[in-house]
Amino acid sequence: MDQQAESGKTMIELIKVSKWYNKFQALKEVSLTVKKGERMVICGPSGSGKSTLIRCINHLEPHQEGRILVEGVELTSAVKNIEIIRREVGMVFQQFNLFPHLTVLQNLTLAPRRVRKLSKSQAEELAMQYLARVRIAEQAHKYPSRLSGGQQQRVAIARALCMEPQIMLFDEPTSALDPEMIKEVLDVMIELAESHMTMICVTHEMGFARTVADRVVFMDHGQIVEEAPPATFFSNPQNERTKLFLGQVLKH
Amino acid sequence: MDMPLSNIVIYLLTATRWTLLLSAIAFAGGGIGALLLLLLRYGMPRLGARLLHLYVGLFQGTPLVQQLFLVFYGLPLLGIDVPPIVAAGIGLTLYASAFLAEIWRGCVDAIPRGQWDAGSALGLNFFMQMWDVILPQALRIAVPPTVGFLTQLVKATALASIVGFVELTKSGQIVSNATFQPLLVYSIVAAIYFALCYPLTLCARLLERKLSQSR
Repeated sequence: MDQQAESGKTMIELIKVSKWYNKFQALKEVSLTVKKGERMVICGPSGSGKSTLIRCINHLEPHQEGRILVEGVELTSAVKNIEIIRREVGMVFQQFNLFPHLTVLQNLTLAPRRVRKLSKSQAEELAMQYLARVRIAEQAHKYPSRLSGGQQQRVAIARALCMEPQIMLFDEPTSALDPEMIKEVLDVMIELAESHMTMICVTHEMGFARTVADRVVFMDHGQIVEEAPPATFFSNPQNERTKLFLGQVLKH
Repeated sequence: MDMPLSNIVIYLLTATRWTLLLSAIAFAGGGIGALLLLLLRYGMPRLGARLLHLYVGLFQGTPLVQQLFLVFYGLPLLGIDVPPIVAAGIGLTLYASAFLAEIWRGCVDAIPRGQWDAGSALGLNFFMQMWDVILPQALRIAVPPTVGFLTQLVKATALASIVGFVELTKSGQIVSNATFQPLLVYSIVAAIYFALCYPLTLCARLLERKLSQSR
């Protein structure tokens, strides 16, 4: 019942957000609303601004115009606000970005211990719980370089979950993986989606978008061109550029 | 003057203490200085980068001898009278700060940007990112160039003789003038420098191997 009362609540709101890299405009007045428990997939050709967009949400990239609100807190350059928002937002990267000098377990416990001030044993207990959830608990004491790409990405997901975020951002999480490892990562993400996590996922995995997403957003040249539920998006795209893109992606 | 070989060696070894002390001061002071410069560089990117560039450019672009002269003769002008060891210590510290900061900056820059991103996304603040994520990784690649510079620093202390500080090289000069056996004396001096520097090189190799095991 709580869940019903809460789903409707706006988690992320972007209002006419613009961003420039020197003279190149990467985002052009992008507006977007994500509600609690919603699963959104963002797709589009490379250079369309989709990665930039989600990197703005936890302020890995500053935006220059417009407003970004996460759970009602506005992202300004104030360090305090950035810290609050980053505690609520987890992120998974294309290149995993695990810390190579730390074991899997240490990768997971670092932030909970430093930021959430958990004790070592509390943090380790939490970490083991999430490692079990991504089915990799037996690798806890290895260094990341000993794991396969798919295993590393699952560790990265567990690491983000250890901060117990309200929102998870995925930046092309399967793009750097060998084909046979994509499924194990997607399976973990689907499970996460089923647990009502609010998710924004930049991906080219159209199968994932079709089965998991509540909404698919198509970006091109720094703008949101089309936004629709997956059924409509794939069967009846409105915009010419979307049609062209889908034709290229779905062909093979 | 006739001086037995044992006396020559003892005299030179006594002076070696000062070479060691000065090296230690310069390396410790330079290390702290370089670390502060790095925090400034990465904590306040715009201002820090400019300051570091200026500082490093200044100290890499002028001879160490002149830097030592400037400290030795400059400080008294400001009303601060310093003994040679302090002047040499300050001069070498400033010099080592510049070079170590530049070496370590290169090592920090070699760490992929994704490591910073991951730290930020997990909510780590700047100091946590630096201390827990970036520096441990930078350390691994910093060992060889840092030790390389350290051996240069040990030999660079010889220049402190120019501001009247009697360390190994200066005492070698004194003994050589007294005994008229420059070849013998300077051979011993060189052997002592080697005995100081070579273990450093060996240590570096060991340390490097140890650090790369944890991978």
